[in-house]
Amino acid sequence: MTTEAPAKTFDLATSSVRELNQFLHRVKEGANLPRWRVLNPRGVHAIAAGVDADVTIEIDGDVGYYCAGMNKQATVIVNGNAGLGLGENMMSGLIYVKGDVSQAAGATAHGGAIVIEGNASGRCGISMKGVDILVKGSIGPMSAFMAQAGTLTVFGDAGEALGDSIYEAKLYVRGSVKSLGADCIEKPMEDIHRAELYERLKLAGAAGEVDIGDFRRYGSARALYHFHVDNAGAY
Amino acid sequence: MNDQTRVPRTLPRFSATFDPQTTSEIRRAAATGIYDIRGGGAKRKVPHFDDLLFLGASMSRYPLEGYREKCGTSVVLGARFARKPIELKIPVTIAGMSFGSLSAQAKEALGRGASAVGTSTTTGDGGMTQEERGHSSILVYQYLPSRYGMNPDDLRRADAIEVVVGQGAKPGGGGMLLGQKISKRVAAMRTLPEGIDQRSSCRHPDWTGPDDLEIKIEELREITDWEKPIYVKVGASRPYYDTALAVKAGADVIVLDGMQGGTAATQEVFIEHVGIPILAAIRPAVRALQDLGMHRKVQLIVSGGIRNGADVAKALALGADVASIGTAALIALGDNDPRFEAEYQALGTTAGAYDDWHEGRDPAGITTQDPELAKRLDPVAAGRRLANYLSVLTLEAQTIARACGKSHVHNLEPEDLVALTVEAAAMAGVPLAGTSWIPGSPVG
Repeated sequence: MTTEAPAKTFDLATSSVRELNQFLHRVKEGANLPRWRVLNPRGVHAIAAGVDADVTIEIDGDVGYYCAGMNKQATVIVNGNAGLGLGENMMSGLIYVKGDVSQAAGATAHGGAIVIEGNASGRCGISMKGVDILVKGSIGPMSAFMAQAGTLTVFGDAGEALGDSIYEAKLYVRGSVKSLGADCIEKPMEDIHRAELYERLKLAGAAGEVDIGDFRRYGSARALYHFHVDNAGAY
Repeated sequence: MNDQTRVPRTLPRFSATFDPQTTSEIRRAAATGIYDIRGGGAKRKVPHFDDLLFLGASMSRYPLEGYREKCGTSVVLGARFARKPIELKIPVTIAGMSFGSLSAQAKEALGRGASAVGTSTTTGDGGMTQEERGHSSILVYQYLPSRYGMNPDDLRRADAIEVVVGQGAKPGGGGMLLGQKISKRVAAMRTLPEGIDQRSSCRHPDWTGPDDLEIKIEELREITDWEKPIYVKVGASRPYYDTALAVKAGADVIVLDGMQGGTAATQEVFIEHVGIPILAAIRPAVRALQDLGMHRKVQLIVSGGIRNGADVAKALALGADVASIGTAALIALGDNDPRFEAEYQALGTTAGAYDDWHEGRDPAGITTQDPELAKRLDPVAAGRRLANYLSVLTLEAQTIARACGKSHVHNLEPEDLVALTVEAAAMAGVPLAGTSWIPGSPVG
């Protein structure tokens, strides 16, 4: 992804994350400064959490927990690695991470897109509710646990118990899957799914990077949608 | 055989261990192969506020005039960190109950009743509805593991945020809302297919343990610009340590729910056998606050079996700031009303014992998503009943506080109490009546 030169910088070596977020929360539609560069994040937590404006925020360095948590509209670019809960409960917008991310990336996120160039740790997309997550590396165990809606696309491999207790989210994995969780099954990859996957990759700027034909699709068997004692062993 | 030769028979004797309730459950389990699920809290008899008595004023204490001298009831919550603390006019609030488990009419009635007397209501698992936001002057927004319906707009529309770690009916448990109650609207709010059984996880998806919780609370404060009081709710199990860790994590308010606190649906075995009574939990929690120098700075809300103003007064005397009601509020709305007895009988139960809230067939229109049943509850009239009931709780607590010589209900103290049983004396940390003996040793 190419980025334009930001109009203004915010240095977390001299300002607090509170000052940054307070400022970002006051940015409204049509503001004159729609691009921001954040310097020296140094693993600080909750950077750009709760932004609700169509602005671009580029962070030069590693971020801590909950970067861009509950994001709406904003494009947040992390030129580094991200800690736990990246983009948790995001509603819309885009988060783009150049490095690796820790656990629970995109947890419970309702919308928008998260693109991770590196790897994502365990529980990636846990309880996701509509977000589209693309991981160009691999993902850790228990990813897409109880995933309700949206797509999780992985160029690399998936850890154990992928999609445990999954609802209606769609999982596309190009590499190996160590194991599937309860009620998650492989499903046929048909034209409609290839088209959907292509569309997701295109939106993420990744169309053409990989062969769509290499992906396999996983989703819910829907056998656990109604609790029944005969299924007790599945839990 | 004549009267002189007939051998007298002893009456049939039921086993205290295998009583009729127990044997009927064994037969039910044998027939179905599945545990019993129900709503509500623990029904077994446990040490409770009934086992405590106030001493009242005497030679050494002066009472206040019952009808002339002021006895304050207001409480401020969240002043530790929040820029906009909330003030309740009475020391009683409404516990978290979800739209989904309750009808929209019931949620509206809770909001109307609470607002009429200046106190708060609380959302539940499933998000915030327009009805409850619109009718609740003070609304606490629960932040649960499922995050159903969670969004930053509602977070900012809330007056306070309650991070739910557990609840008294099922500490360590998640939840399940059966498909009968997953209506089109409920399903849409929770991003789920209509009519399926909805599972609620027991752990938060993006934090584990108090160190992470501290960072999570910081994020919630950042998103809301440090305006909202943040509560942490725990089921009563290890109250000293849970309270201390919640304070360490940055909570403004601790919510402590005893095993008598209700749930929309959980296994009977869980409700009756996990967690401890609220009577046993308050003093350790207060001690944790005192040890940290945070008593009355971090407020303590307690719940689980609060029924009358005496219960409220006893909870406050033990050190709580606010009592919270759920089951009692539903009863005030009309739950388990004997006027529906014929319908309760048809459901195989009786008024006062109906607890199959998860099935969604509540004749009172409260624990249901059936539009025809829900229409039976008039939210205006039900809200008025709740407001009346909350007023009575407050008046009763004031009556007791004045009798103990207190100009504010928060001035009640453990020294105003004695216990009727050794168990209650040990749990509440007050003397057995007529003695100076406080059995047991404090935790922490």
